[in-house]
Amino acid sequence: MLKTGLIYGINGPVITVKGNPGFSMAEMVYVGSQNLVGEVIALSSGMTTIQVYEETSGIRPGDKVTGTGGPISVTLAPGILNNIFDGIERPLSEIAKTGGAYISRGVSVDSLNRTKLWETQITVKKGDYVYPGTILACVPETPSIVHKVMVPPNLSGTLIDVVPDGSYTIDDTLAVLRRKDGTEVKLTMAQKWPIRVPRPYAKRFPASRPLITGQRILDTFFPIARGGTAAVPGGFGTGKTMTQHQIAKWSDADIIVYIGCGERGNEMTQVLEDFSKLTDPKSGHPLMARTTLIANTSNMPVAAREASIYTGITLAEYYRDMGYHVAIMADSTSRWAEALRELSGRLEEMPAEEGFPAYLASRLSAFYERAGVVQNLNQTEGSVSIIGAVSPQGGDFSEPVTQNTKRFVRCFWGLDKSLSYARHFPAINWLTSYSEYLSDLAPWYAEHVDKNFVDCRNQLMSLLNQESSLMEIVKLIGSDVLPDDQKLVLEIARVIRLGFLQQNAFHPDDTCVPMEKQMKMMQTSLYLYKKSKTLVTMGMPVSVLKEEKIFEHIIAIKYDVPNNKLEMFDEYKKEIDSFYDRVIEKNA
Amino acid sequence: MSIEYMGLSRINGPLIVLEGVRDAAYDEIVEIVVNRTEHKLGRIIEIYEDKAIIQVFEGTDGMSLNNTHTRLTGRPMEVTLSPDILGRTFNGIGQPIDGLGDIISNLRRDVNGQPLNPVTREYPRNYIRTGISAIDGLTTLIRGQKLPIFSGNGLPHDRLAAQIVQQASLGGDTDEKFAIVFAAMGVKYDVSEFFRRTFAESGVSSHVVMFLNLANDPVVERLITPKVALTAAEYLAFELGMHILVILTDMTSYAEAMREVSSSKGEIPSRKGFPGYLYSELATIYERAGIVQGVNGSVTQLPILTMPNDDITHPIPDLTGYITEGQIVLDRELNGQSIYPPINVLPSLSRLMKDGIGEGYTRADHQDVANQLFSSYAKVGDARALASVIGEDELSPIDKKYLEFGKAFESRFVGQGEDENRTIEQTLNIGWELLKILPREELDRIDTKLLDQYYPEASEAPADGSTHA
Repeated sequence: MLKTGLIYGINGPVITVKGNPGFSMAEMVYVGSQNLVGEVIALSSGMTTIQVYEETSGIRPGDKVTGTGGPISVTLAPGILNNIFDGIERPLSEIAKTGGAYISRGVSVDSLNRTKLWETQITVKKGDYVYPGTILACVPETPSIVHKVMVPPNLSGTLIDVVPDGSYTIDDTLAVLRRKDGTEVKLTMAQKWPIRVPRPYAKRFPASRPLITGQRILDTFFPIARGGTAAVPGGFGTGKTMTQHQIAKWSDADIIVYIGCGERGNEMTQVLEDFSKLTDPKSGHPLMARTTLIANTSNMPVAAREASIYTGITLAEYYRDMGYHVAIMADSTSRWAEALRELSGRLEEMPAEEGFPAYLASRLSAFYERAGVVQNLNQTEGSVSIIGAVSPQGGDFSEPVTQNTKRFVRCFWGLDKSLSYARHFPAINWLTSYSEYLSDLAPWYAEHVDKNFVDCRNQLMSLLNQESSLMEIVKLIGSDVLPDDQKLVLEIARVIRLGFLQQNAFHPDDTCVPMEKQMKMMQTSLYLYKKSKTLVTMGMPVSVLKEEKIFEHIIAIKYDVPNNKLEMFDEYKKEIDSFYDRVIEKNA
Repeated sequence: MSIEYMGLSRINGPLIVLEGVRDAAYDEIVEIVVNRTEHKLGRIIEIYEDKAIIQVFEGTDGMSLNNTHTRLTGRPMEVTLSPDILGRTFNGIGQPIDGLGDIISNLRRDVNGQPLNPVTREYPRNYIRTGISAIDGLTTLIRGQKLPIFSGNGLPHDRLAAQIVQQASLGGDTDEKFAIVFAAMGVKYDVSEFFRRTFAESGVSSHVVMFLNLANDPVVERLITPKVALTAAEYLAFELGMHILVILTDMTSYAEAMREVSSSKGEIPSRKGFPGYLYSELATIYERAGIVQGVNGSVTQLPILTMPNDDITHPIPDLTGYITEGQIVLDRELNGQSIYPPINVLPSLSRLMKDGIGEGYTRADHQDVANQLFSSYAKVGDARALASVIGEDELSPIDKKYLEFGKAFESRFVGQGEDENRTIEQTLNIGWELLKILPREELDRIDTKLLDQYYPEASEAPADGSTHA
């Protein structure tokens, strides 16, 4: 018998039920005659408070609230990839089929297709003793990804019946499991998991290899580890979404979960269109085949926006359990924090900083701590990396969401308004950004890219830092008065900024650059610096060096050298040598 | 016959409290009769068992605790729609005020609208030529976009919006149906009159629907004005297949009305006293722009907002910028130099521009020229800062070139006449002329092939800049 209560008050997405109908905390409930989805967020002996995931217009006091007996959960089964959901895992394309262009209220659709037959290859046999996470079957979910059907995390026992290979729906019984206490459980492809509870794993590993994104400033300067966390804060128009899109497109993660949390509808449409058209360089299949989208746009109900982050990470953890490396783009966590603030305000809670509730920091840390490289219950290794965009109010990084996020992430890619004004993209400021993973990942870079990689990176960074302090002087008195060795630093820093840091997302080669090319570009710039410096110490003025146009050639490497013709770098080295000889000859 | 409730239990600013109501729904509209003569509308914004908190659109002046009769309508706020609304003028809650009588139609729509499903949206790609170089060239307006004008008091945002309306309506696709929905929230009489006159002079009056809530009209009424206007726009666009340009002015007054009601309700304020749901509320307005798959029409929004104290980090422009697809920022300094339109291009942006320009849409060199102009103009700022410290004479030759470029850019590219309607070709050619002030090596954002075409090596800038012809 389901418990029911009657509505007492309504204030926006928050409704109260008088008395104590026996709901439990975080229980999912249905509200009113339209069965709007809600969640219990506070209980007292006299009053139960519920947040409703849909527009509450038209709800009346006295309407019925029905409990479901369980917390808000997502259905986990094949069909998640190549799909787009709202904040509580309702498929938007199904909603469009039944409801037309607009999202109407109280729509009841299954999260995943329950009639589709999936080609299933069973990997266990009758009599096997299975543990939580044991892989029961493999299902080719999309051309890129094989979905592994697992025993739910809370079950173990002996399989007393197993079906043969064949085509099954997600509700068909694949196996019957007998627990120690003798009870029997039918196992299907689908399992439910509450979104606010992290899925268990065996143990956690330290970060040891980077998530390669093909973006030079990220991979080389501020790398994020697999299983790591990064924040991308920036005012509007600085390119948060573009950075997220680029990582979603080109990173070497197996699976991408893209959460559009309180952002623009057109942006989600664009992701959907782009990712269906673009092919994954690794597999050759459309990017959508390894992607799932959670779209809770800014005009969709605010409570579902709050839930969308958790829905996304639960889906990610599920694929991690299969042994995949998953990357989550959360765009933007500020909207999620604002949803918390809005609901907190409706509950008349005592606000902390700028109206945000005092539990903002603990919620943020709980979210980011769900990232990590782990050994799963079934002994496979998987990871969840989180890249969260932050939209600070007024572009001011001292506001609570940015500050609290900074405490819990280890990678900070600060976007800069003045860089974006000058259309320097990605507009990641190399002076304020940092990555704590660099030392963890140094061995990997030494082994897989080049033993001098970190050294080169540090030299480039040092030149950029020197440039920044020289610019302070230049701003006051102009660059003409600087000695020539400092002018050279400015010139090389310009080469690094334009040729290396700036990256064109719309250029077929430059949009994603392999590590080898990044390394060679660094070496070439440093070689140019070395040679020019020798010339300058010999007394050649920088203005003479600039006549040679070699700097422009090095800047254009990113366009002129295709990603698959890295042998061309030898010619650039020769060109620098001949530039050196020419200058000496002319000015001897 | 529905029940009428006599009297009220409390009046506080624009809010009234009615007790002992039965069967009232959240967000329902109520009709209030004051002294048996004056009719007002209100909306239930909070409800606890039999106690409803109602926000009165027309304000609570003249109401007392016992001179009112309140009736529940059982419906949320609705507006009557028919093709006849074109050419008509309404007040802020959609009642005709032009003396031409009521709109007769059975079609009524909930003004709150519903969120568009991202799956059924069509990504906007067709650009709207406004004839204004700074917009067409650098922050291209796309059909189905929401592109606000961030302005300040005393800046010519109204003239700019009027010019966009006049020139965009004369665009290429003359066979497609075009209309304007104009919503005024708390603007001065002169402003609404200016727009009315402009529409009349350009001969589009019969294709304009006006919703006017002037500065002296009730404050709460303007909370509903943009929603009524957008409901009308959606009807015209998605049901009658028209291309609608919606002008919303002034969004600052709208947000301030929200703050007023919120503080009367005793809500916990977040930034600068605005309620925590300001972002969500603004989003439900701005996100109603767009194109739906398989439907001819489109809703393009051009909201205008005046930044208090010209501060772009104020919550209203700040949150707006996070929702809209770019912004056009007007600048007091440029205005002081008599440059019209005084668009500061550096903070201005059109997010949808990249997919709506270039080959097949405008011209192949458009993106590169725009990037280069932005990047070069950003350097002008550095050169000017330096010049103000060490004096213009001490600048290096290249910095002097940048100063020259900056001046020319502001006066010739940004600056133009109020009735000057430039083609995209003209705009881009002016761009090339200006770029030729700079040495070719400085143009690091343009593809070498395009440079060879428009700015061949060893060629000096030709006087008319029409090398590509």
